[in-house]
This record gives sequence, C-alpha cells and structure tokens, in this order.
Amino acid sequence: MKVNQISVFLENKSGRLAAVTRILAENNINIRALSIADTSDFGILRLIVDKPDTAFEVLKKEGFSVSLTEVIGVEMPDRPGGLAGVLDILEKNNFNIEYLYAFIGRGDNGALVIVRVERLEEAVRCLEENGVKVVTGDRLYQL
Amino acid sequence: MYWNQKYECLPREELKQLQLERLKITVERAFYNVPHYRSVMQAAGIEPDDIKSLDDIRKLPFTTKEDLRNNYPYGMFAVPLSEIVRIHSSSGTTGKPTVVGYTRNDINVWAELMARALVSGGATRKDVIHNAYGYGLFTGGLGVHYGAERLGASVIPISGGNTKRQVMIMRDYGSTILTCTPSYALYIAEVMEEMGVDPKKDIKLRYGIFGAEPWSENMRQEIENKLDITAIDIYGLSEVIGPGVAVECLYKNGLHIAEDHFIVEVIDPETGEPLPEGEKGELVFTSLTKEGLPIIRYRTRDIASITTEPCPCGRTHARMSRVSGRTDDMLIIRGVNVFPSQIENVLLEIGYTEPHYLLVVDRENNLDVLTVWVEVSSKLFADEVRKLEQLGRKIQEEIESALGISVRVKLVEPKTIERSEGKAKRVIDNRKF
Ligand SMILES: [Zn+2]
Repeated sequence: MKVNQISVFLENKSGRLAAVTRILAENNINIRALSIADTSDFGILRLIVDKPDTAFEVLKKEGFSVSLTEVIGVEMPDRPGGLAGVLDILEKNNFNIEYLYAFIGRGDNGALVIVRVERLEEAVRCLEENGVKVVTGDRLYQL
Repeated sequence: MYWNQKYECLPREELKQLQLERLKITVERAFYNVPHYRSVMQAAGIEPDDIKSLDDIRKLPFTTKEDLRNNYPYGMFAVPLSEIVRIHSSSGTTGKPTVVGYTRNDINVWAELMARALVSGGATRKDVIHNAYGYGLFTGGLGVHYGAERLGASVIPISGGNTKRQVMIMRDYGSTILTCTPSYALYIAEVMEEMGVDPKKDIKLRYGIFGAEPWSENMRQEIENKLDITAIDIYGLSEVIGPGVAVECLYKNGLHIAEDHFIVEVIDPETGEPLPEGEKGELVFTSLTKEGLPIIRYRTRDIASITTEPCPCGRTHARMSRVSGRTDDMLIIRGVNVFPSQIENVLLEIGYTEPHYLLVVDRENNLDVLTVWVEVSSKLFADEVRKLEQLGRKIQEEIESALGISVRVKLVEPKTIERSEGKAKRVIDNRKF
C-alpha cells in the first residue's frame, strides 16, 4: 500500500534544486510529484519518482543526504470538498498529518494527494473502511 | 604484549630513581652545553647541583616554542653538528619553524619508543604497516618508519596523499596496520566507500595507530566501525622527540607515557603551577636521555590530565588522557576561551553527526559571532523540518552549555566542508584585529 518517497536535504542556496533534477534526468528518472518544505536556512525536497530505489542510490552517490520515507497516495473525487472529506476522516480518527502535497498525474477516478501521516498502516485501513481509495506505490510510480 | 617488558613494567619506585639519575645528567648536559639553558638557569639562581629530588624539577625554568625560535636554527643543540645525524623541523605557520636534531643514539631511542608504541597498539613483526603519515621534515613518517623496522614488521612508506592509490595498495598489498592522522583515516574510509571497496571483505586492516591531531572517543568509534579495526591513540611532538612519547595500550584507557625517557608534568597554563593528578592542564615534558636537543620543562600547549593508577595491561608508566585541546588553537570569543575540540566533543556526543564541522568567527557590530557549520549526514537527516530544526537547536544548546557563550548553528549539505588530507582545518576566523 505504501509509497516510497525520496527526501533530500538542501541548503538554501541557488542551484541546489537544479542539481538534483539534473542528476535525476541524467539517470532517466521521471519525477511524478514534488514538494519543498523550507525554512530560512535549509529545505527538504520531497519527490515521488518512477524509480525510487535508483533515485536514492544516485543521489546518495552524488553526496546528497537522502532518505526514503513511506507515504500514502490517496485518490479523491475531483470536486470541491474532495480533500476536506479525506482530511475529516483522518482527523476524526486522530491521525496526525505531517504534511501533504498534490500529485501531478490523475488517478483512475479522481485527483491524487500524497499524505505523510502517523501510524501509516492503521491510517490506510481507516481510509479504506471509510470508502476512500488508497493507491499502491507500484501503480503510482507509473501514473 | 610488550616490546621492552623490563622498562615498560618497571616498578614505579625504581622508575623514579631512574628518572632522578637521568634528570641530573640532562640538566648538567643542558647547563654546560646550551647557552640558553645556562643563562635562564643562572637568571633563576639555579645550578645543576640544586637538583636533588624529582620535585626539584619545579625550580627549573620552562622552555617554550618561542625559546626554540629565538635560538633558530641550532642554538638549542647540546652537541656539535658533527654528532647530529638527523634534522627535523615543524612548520612555521606563525613565525620561524622550530628545528630539532638527533644524535645516532637519539634515533635509536626514538626507534625503541616507536617499536614499543606499535606493539602496544597491537602490532607484531608479521604485520604490514601502511604508514600514511607524511615523510619529510615532519616527524610522523620517519618516526613510525624506524619503529616499524626496529620491530621487524613490513613497512609500506606510502606517506600522505593520493588516497585512491592508498586504498588500492592497502587492498592489493594486504596492509594490516594503518598509521596516519585520525581525520585522514576517516577520509580514507570515505574514499573506500566511494570506490566500492568494503573494509570488511576487501581490506585486511586490524589496527590503526592514529595521532598528530586531537580526536575524540566518538571519532574513534566511527573509525573503528567504518574501517573494521581497533583504533589506538598515539602522542608525541617533535620538540620532545616525535611520535612515541605516549601511546595507548589495547585497554584504550589513556596513553602510557614513556616515563623512563621523559618526565611529565601538568600545570595550570595561566599560573604555571603544578596541578594535582587527574586535573586537566597543560602538559610539560622534560627529556631524560636526549643528547642532541635536551629539552627541559617544555610547554606543549596541549591540554590533558595524568593518572598513575595501575593499568590492567601491566605497564607501570603513567597514562595521559586524550589531548582535549590546545592552548594555542584556542580561540577567544567574547573573552571566553574556546577550543575546537570542545565543539567536536559536543557534536559527537550528540551521536548523530559525522565529525565534519567548521567554526566561523565573525565580528558584527563589534561583537564576536561564532557560527558552527555542521554537515547533515544521511544518517542524521530526518524528513521533517521540525526534526531538523530540533536537531539544530539541540546542537546549539549543547554547544552553548559547553562553552558558556551563544552560538549560531548552520546545517549544511554533506561535503560542503573541505576535507583535509593532513591536520584538519576547523576554524575560519574572519575577525580583523
Ligand atoms: Zn595499559
């Protein structure tokens, strides 16, 4: 069920994001979703790519601090209130959301959002019990 | 295992007797053969005959690096140049270099001390010693080399630099003992990783004997884990003889000082007064057998403590703690003494960080500002901003509590901080005085 996300530590200085994307391009790795969390000093680049293991290895080899983080991909109706419905379910069941961001492609039946949540497996079960579709990693990397 | 059991395990009472006899000879030799010693002793109202007990050593004036520089190049030698068979010298980054000379007997003693040190650190004559200390005027390379030959081990005189070639030779020649600076050992480990060489499978190293710069217990663990070896600390300085003045035994709990050849004291660097056993202060050495350059109460500027508690290895010689700082590496920031090693210790005790850090000192609005750059390793990197900020804050708080001054912490990407192949450069001081 889980999706492997690549996280990269970046200093806040010019050219670092470009360096990462160039390395991925050179290794024929396709970025499927991306978000940057930053502070005044540093940032964390989060990526969903088609080949997460390869991406992890090449970035590490190039000297970046990289980690693999498990996240989930949630499909939701592409209409107003679609996201709110999903968030409501998680909140009512006391799942803390660390962060979320949108996926570039579309799922079979709606928009996709990447969610990092505590107690990942329980959260997946809870969402599914409430009729929310959770997309597997293998499916997501190829969308 | 000992190289010279009789002297390494000499009962302390006999050792003291031997020290006193040798001290008297040394003081006499210095007084009659080195004008500098004669004049400072006369100025202090001391004659060689006044040395009647070991405690009388305190009557003798200290010798400093400045004294060696003032007598540059050969003024401190106690024998004519015809008796000198080797000359070494320290780098002169802050003035004239200091020059040291060895008689044939001095070279013999030094080789003996280095053979002891290598054996104390696990070496046998069957070992292949990969000596990556620099060869040349620096005492590290030749010091280890002569000791390794005295021991009968096979020494590879590779010296420093060209790290990929070092790794290749280490693998192909089956090196079993590595001797270099601890920061270079870590650099070699990094290069091995980059080259895809696995220290556990491809390399036969068993022991490493590392010195010539201060390091920490955590750095030891990191070296031991990365290279899959036992890492031993060795100490020495050219003014005293070179490497081999002190070395750890395999109990790794302090460095045994070769007390049959040197007297060690620990003093308060401010007052010059001796400190009680166990307290940290500046190490001061007096040579007992050196002919070329007898050295009396030499102020090393290295900070450490001493214990004479018995060691399970059976050696009776006193042990010094790791050198925890240098009085002359000391930075004065807002009036507070700061040693880079204090910051290193904090970072390593936090346990998350690779020991790659840089101290940057600036002056902003007439106020000193210390910024500590710390590389965020993959191991320590967390995917959440909150956790990284917590890490930064934790580092900051721990450093502040260790130093007693406020600092800034900047988390930087791996390999941002320049790696050294010799002594690590840990400080950039941008202040203009
Ligand atoms: Zn011992």
